Amino acid sequence: MSQTDPLVEGDRLMTICNSCRYCEGFCAVFPAMERRLQFSEADLNYLANLCHNCSECFYACQYAPPHEFAVNVPKVLAEIRVKSYEKYSWPVFIRGAWVFSALAIVFTALALVLTPRTSGGDFYAAVPHGVMVGIFGAMGLLVLIAWGIGLARFWTEDRTGRWLRFSEFSKALKDVLTLANLSSHGAGCTYPNERHSQARRVFHHFAFYGFLLCFASTSVAAAYDNFFGWKAPYAYLSLPVVLGTLGGIGIIVGPLGLLALRMRRDGRIVDPAQDGMDLSFIGLLLASGITGLALLALRGTAAMSSLLAIHLAVVLALFVTLPFGKFVHGIYRSAALLRNASEQRDSDQRKNSREG
Amino acid sequence: MTDSYDEEEYWTDLLRVTGGQTDEHLARIAIRSTPESMVWMKRQGARFQPALGGTLHLGRTNAFFLGGGKALMNAYYQAACRRGIQILYNAEVMALAMRGGKFESATALVNGVPAELRAKAVVFASGGFEANIEWLKEAWGEAAENFLIRGTPFNTGRVLKLLLDGGAEQVGDPKQCHAVAIDARAPKFDGGIVTRLDCLPLGIVVNREGVRFYDEGEDLWPKRYAIWGRLVAEQPGQIAWSIIDSKVTGRFIPSVFPAIRANSIRELAVELGLPANQVESTVQHFNASVRAGNFDHNVLDDCRTEGLTPPKSHWAQAIDTPPFLAYPLRPGITFTYLSVQVRESARMVMQEGKLSPNMFAAGELMAGNILGKGYLAGFGMTIGTVYGRIAGKGAARVADGSAG
Repeated sequence: MSQTDPLVEGDRLMTICNSCRYCEGFCAVFPAMERRLQFSEADLNYLANLCHNCSECFYACQYAPPHEFAVNVPKVLAEIRVKSYEKYSWPVFIRGAWVFSALAIVFTALALVLTPRTSGGDFYAAVPHGVMVGIFGAMGLLVLIAWGIGLARFWTEDRTGRWLRFSEFSKALKDVLTLANLSSHGAGCTYPNERHSQARRVFHHFAFYGFLLCFASTSVAAAYDNFFGWKAPYAYLSLPVVLGTLGGIGIIVGPLGLLALRMRRDGRIVDPAQDGMDLSFIGLLLASGITGLALLALRGTAAMSSLLAIHLAVVLALFVTLPFGKFVHGIYRSAALLRNASEQRDSDQRKNSREG
Repeated sequence: MTDSYDEEEYWTDLLRVTGGQTDEHLARIAIRSTPESMVWMKRQGARFQPALGGTLHLGRTNAFFLGGGKALMNAYYQAACRRGIQILYNAEVMALAMRGGKFESATALVNGVPAELRAKAVVFASGGFEANIEWLKEAWGEAAENFLIRGTPFNTGRVLKLLLDGGAEQVGDPKQCHAVAIDARAPKFDGGIVTRLDCLPLGIVVNREGVRFYDEGEDLWPKRYAIWGRLVAEQPGQIAWSIIDSKVTGRFIPSVFPAIRANSIRELAVELGLPANQVESTVQHFNASVRAGNFDHNVLDDCRTEGLTPPKSHWAQAIDTPPFLAYPLRPGITFTYLSVQVRESARMVMQEGKLSPNMFAAGELMAGNILGKGYLAGFGMTIGTVYGRIAGKGAARVADGSAG
């Protein structure tokens, strides 16, 4: 199966699924499939990004191997998905883990060499404020531009779109924030094995909301600094530290849980070529969380400047890789959920006008 | 599900499709126990979903499993495992030891190794014999070579035969089965649901001679789809073709195999290898006898033919809009009706009408008690679930000594 073009295989599978339809109620992928009779590359890329790889359809499928039709939707959509990342992402998409590891190591080494040894909790004595803001500000801008280009490439591949409504944004946002498509109507998804479990959704929530809390912590700290003139370090019970601590716990617990599930997952439903991008993203998140909490705990000690250097280097590596690593799954999946919300509305309207 | 489907209507439908070849007492138990069975199924982890997109007329009479039958079985197996029940896979019963209508033991090959399995009570749920082409040929003759089997190739009827040879009372005709017309390009075994064709009532069906042979619009499709397997089986070469035009594409669930297309009826007939003149004349006659009406695929509409034999009673529209499309049809056997006889306790009836003290039957193995012929969509699941539960409860009581 791996020799065939995943798009050709995807077209074959969707044709089989579209004449069965028993998986219709599992997730958004199958109703979206039923709205189509043919499956172009744009259609398959959209369906692949809509798929959350929960695998219920694989365990339910009477055509799964050893049946001669050999239907394996989650695996083939995973293969299509990673190819779509390569197609959309700007300037490049990188599957392998080595670039990520190399970046993290080089940044760390540079940071350690360049950072003067200080202690006593004054971060800016170690790394000047302007340097921090300059590097991360510039990187942030580049990341936003790269995401924008990728998103535009995804969105314009299917040219049937129209202006979106607010209700469609809110529906898609709800799907993103609740991971509705990993919940299977409350039963949970079939990961890491065929028994239903909410574990993956819960750990993903830890990672996702942990990431958001860390981002919120940094934003609040920036506001404190720039608008109020309150300089870091902040007290343990201050807003930036509380947010950062909770976020740090999130991006440690989430990735650790996801790693533990990965180790027990069913090899039949995954595309092993994605291990590099998955593990490097999980690894950088985890390293950001651990170094951040370590810095918080030891900020009053002599280790502060080194820890700050390592933490900033790891976060920078994570930051730099946001547009061309696993993180982009969130961008394209959110966009696919938005397109799904808009399509759903159109087909509901057609149904209503037929009945009325 | 939408609207109610009560016992009387259900029973009337069953009486009509079986032509009276049923057992009212057993049938009414199955019908009446449906609501509580649904509750029980949900307790075991079964999940349901609304009628599937594109299915016709099924919303009122049928419940759909979320994920289909295999998802249901996964839920049942998981429920059994949670209760500590051991399941032997790759195991086939080869022989049964019975004495005076009482089960003593079974000899099974478990992973190829013979093992003797003894039990105080047993529920046989071993299916029919539809995958046993030789046995089908005993009933159907050489025509059976052209049948496609919609399910597993392992349904060879070995246990059914062992039971009948061992003194179980037989019920049903070996020729009767649930047979639908499926896409002739389907695999010999296990093609399952994706080979179904729902477009028959939307067009005409012709045989190898290019001639129509049955009213394609006789009744709503869920009440008629299961007669078409038999109808095609009775045609020369056990093959037929559904012919539609592009007015009706998109009105039925697409088949997994592409339609054969052409821009004229003549070209289509040539493509299909059918006598072109005859097919053209069949379509012309059909088109000429169509009486205008308000086409509505969802009800028994007033689009019908006049002066045509056989008539098309509903959904008759001229086949006049190219491209023209065709799907080849073969009989697809879902399951056979030849069964062991049971009473309402699901206990098996042995020779001279004696009830077995510890042998129960469930599912397809006993469905012929209720389905003498014909079929109602979903009724096999109803019988399987209701009598599976009855048989299980009965066997448990025998095994723990609370029943005689």
